[in-house]
Amino acid sequence: MRQEKRRPGPRLSQFQSQLGRIERRLFLKQSLSLGALTLLTGCNLRDDDAVDRLLWSVSRWNDRVQAALFDPQRLAPTYTEAEITRPFPFNAYYEEALAPVIDGASYRLSLSGRIEDKRPWSLEDLRGLPQTSQITRHVCVEGWSAIGKWGGVPFRLFLERIGADLSARYVGFLCADKYSTSIDMPTALHPQTHLALDFPGAPGERKYGFPVKLRIPTKLGFKNPKFVAEIFVTNDYPGGYWENKGYNWFSGS
Amino acid sequence: MVDARRRFSLWKLPVTSPRGAAKKRGALRGAAESAEMTQSQASGGRDEAGRHTLFVRATHWINALAVFLMIGSGWRIYNASPLYDFRFPPEFTVGGWLAGALAWHFAAMWLLVANGVVYLVYGFVSGHFWRDLPRLRPILAYRLEWTTLTMHDGGAYNPVQRILYTAVVGVLILLVASGAAIWKPVQLQGLTAFFGGYDEARYVHFFAMTALCAFIALHVTLAFSVKGVLRSMITGRPPKAAASKG
Repeated sequence: MRQEKRRPGPRLSQFQSQLGRIERRLFLKQSLSLGALTLLTGCNLRDDDAVDRLLWSVSRWNDRVQAALFDPQRLAPTYTEAEITRPFPFNAYYEEALAPVIDGASYRLSLSGRIEDKRPWSLEDLRGLPQTSQITRHVCVEGWSAIGKWGGVPFRLFLERIGADLSARYVGFLCADKYSTSIDMPTALHPQTHLALDFPGAPGERKYGFPVKLRIPTKLGFKNPKFVAEIFVTNDYPGGYWENKGYNWFSGS
Repeated sequence: MVDARRRFSLWKLPVTSPRGAAKKRGALRGAAESAEMTQSQASGGRDEAGRHTLFVRATHWINALAVFLMIGSGWRIYNASPLYDFRFPPEFTVGGWLAGALAWHFAAMWLLVANGVVYLVYGFVSGHFWRDLPRLRPILAYRLEWTTLTMHDGGAYNPVQRILYTAVVGVLILLVASGAAIWKPVQLQGLTAFFGGYDEARYVHFFAMTALCAFIALHVTLAFSVKGVLRSMITGRPPKAAASKG
């Protein structure tokens, strides 16, 4: 009995190196699966975790890079009537059948923010301004593209006419379909940016943004608001429907 | 105790393929070849002992991470508007949804490009490219066999590796260029036109990605099947040097 008790039991020191190896292996395994989880779970960029914060700040960095890349005089390529995509694809955050139908006669475009003359504009008033039209490529953030024809008022001319503060940083848009977005002032003043009153599709077709859409051939499709109800000029970052969910704000093309 | 690493010597290949006879012939030829090559071993990519330099190892693994993120998020972006009648399984993609995938893609691109530029500058300046990659002449006399691929002695790259490692740099440059053409079809419209247009650049981007995936499949298979080479890219210790020490 006594001898058995005295027999030296296993000592920790004998197994230290093996334990160390096991620990290391476990640590590696855990960090691997932790890494995989971080990478593969959904990143909605709104959660307050480190990865989302990092992605958000890189996205802000990409805003600045794109603003620097943006040449205010470089025109988007234009196309011929024959190259127009027909039918032009409909795309929104809702189903096609839910696109708002707005009465053109009673429509008024509201203005707010850093604008001298905030009187609302009727469709007739807008038609009274000089008109332009272009056939350009609409590039969607999803990857597809389509060529369409839009016509209306050059946006720079409109901003000058209403006495907008052209040194302000942002122009924001609130829409009848509860959509919103905002753009940088240099893009707002680009020669091809215009308040579109004529849309792709058959005459009278309203789903592409009737009565007023902002057409910006130098930005991705979702930066081109349809059914515009209010325009505002501001120095405070306004964000937007998709931008607030994590899509890159500048989204220039 | 016989050190397993000892099996990898100049004259004996690790047992990775059942095609023994062909392997032996290839091994002898490959060995003769690599004996000739070891004379110019001390170059930018490897130190005097034939190790991958820390620089090559670091840029390799940063590149691996960037490429993993770019392909994973790229597949998710592809799924939003597929070019063909298939989608990538969502569980093999990065980002969770389109906005997340785009955020990853446009973040990892900086890692890929910055690391790539540093690697290319280093490769030209240090001589890594001149000595380790583009000596393609011996390839003409080289017969393509499985052993040609698995022959990866600590000394120098064999001809097939030289072709693949040179080509994959070209594929990565093509991916960055076609990606830029898709990203900025107005600001970089000359580049977009070079690829034939916006939609065409998407196809170029897609096929370059496919080529890169094919390379990765082969590269990873060999990295795991040839004893010692995976460790040598991590620690720098080449299989041959390990064998001679062991």
